[in-house]
Amino acid sequence: MQEETKQIIPSPEPEPSSFRLVATLGLAGFFSGLVLVGAFLYTQPIIAANRARALQQAIFKVLPECTGFKTLELRGGQLVVLEEGAEEPKGGEEPRRIYAGYNEKGQLIGFAIPGEEPGYQDLVVALFGYNPREKVIIGFEVLESKETPGLGDKIMKDQGFHANFESLAVEPAITVVKKGEKKKDNEIEAITGATISSKAVGRLLDKSMAEWRPLIEAYEKKE
Amino acid sequence: MNQPTSIEKSRTAEEFLKGIWKENPVFVAVLGMCPTLAVTNTAINSLAMGLATTFVLFFSSLLVSSLRNVIPKQVRITTFIIIIATFVTVVDFMLAAIVPQVHKELGAFIALIVVNCLILGRQEAFASKHNIKLALADALGMSLGFTFALLCIGVVREILGSGSLFNISLFGAGFEPWVVMIMPPGGFFTLGFLLLFFNWLQKKRKEKIEGDRPVTQYEEAREFL
Repeated sequence: MQEETKQIIPSPEPEPSSFRLVATLGLAGFFSGLVLVGAFLYTQPIIAANRARALQQAIFKVLPECTGFKTLELRGGQLVVLEEGAEEPKGGEEPRRIYAGYNEKGQLIGFAIPGEEPGYQDLVVALFGYNPREKVIIGFEVLESKETPGLGDKIMKDQGFHANFESLAVEPAITVVKKGEKKKDNEIEAITGATISSKAVGRLLDKSMAEWRPLIEAYEKKE
Repeated sequence: MNQPTSIEKSRTAEEFLKGIWKENPVFVAVLGMCPTLAVTNTAINSLAMGLATTFVLFFSSLLVSSLRNVIPKQVRITTFIIIIATFVTVVDFMLAAIVPQVHKELGAFIALIVVNCLILGRQEAFASKHNIKLALADALGMSLGFTFALLCIGVVREILGSGSLFNISLFGAGFEPWVVMIMPPGGFFTLGFLLLFFNWLQKKRKEKIEGDRPVTQYEEAREFL
């Protein structure tokens, strides 16, 4: 009880000096910085490993039969194989990469290509598998999206929608049609109630293909 | 050190229990509505948000209470915010490292724990004025109450909106999920009905207590205070 009565009476203490105020905040900031840097250094390798694992799983998912992959980086207008264990560039622009998938016999079965496109809420980031021999998309996986739960987020797991990407022709261009109206190989059936998200996926595939196809063809010729 | 008297013990217990039920931050005080409405679309997300908030509230209260005589009152809010923001960032890193899937789903709402008024409110109203033991009891009680409330909402929304609980399907393929329940309006509906229910429950209990026996002198005095 005594403690409580004390608080009601204003303390007769003199005002703290300006130095003390600044020092308090300075110290708080300093220790906060120490804790944050410690937590960052400790968790960063784990977070990076998580990301690499998620990417690897996504690559194996969009390229069925894939058992291993090489990372290709865009440098000076052409694709260069990135050696394993190569050091990550620090700072600067994020490197642009695609992944060449190989089967057990070491044959190239296709490329896993990332792409992003504004959806209904935010960027939809996805990875898809492309088979250059038959010029079809053979798998699709959303890596990041904030689409509406229950509607737009069906682009992530709706089986009917994902059936579109078992063999989707990329020529002449990918178009999105209403559910039940798919006639050609290059058409995606949209999800009912999620037309905007479905169209975003269509644009994503189309744009990425337009960008990467010439590079992939050049790379294959060189190989 | 003196042995804690029974009054002290009961005070600690009281500070702990009040947050869970009598002064539940969500159902009674209606604090921290942003995460309450935004991330309770599944039970897992609710639980993760509740635990993250518990971590932040517990350690912030510990620090604020132990430094309460050192921090000048002119800069106390700024200092509290620095302390809270530090723990929130730590939680953000930890969730990304340990449960990346949950971290991805909670997205920006983890960082927004910084501005959860429940946390700053407890520092300003309680931890900065009481000893460590009481502050921790208060922090634990409040955060358990918050987690409990989030789980209540999350469980209802996931069962109705996705037909599952903790990602385990409950009704099979024949169930048509009420999509609205996992969208923002579902959050308001569920919270509204739960508030109604808890208010009704409290009213019932009050009526029962008042009907059962006359008000004691002690209760009268407490009411007065």
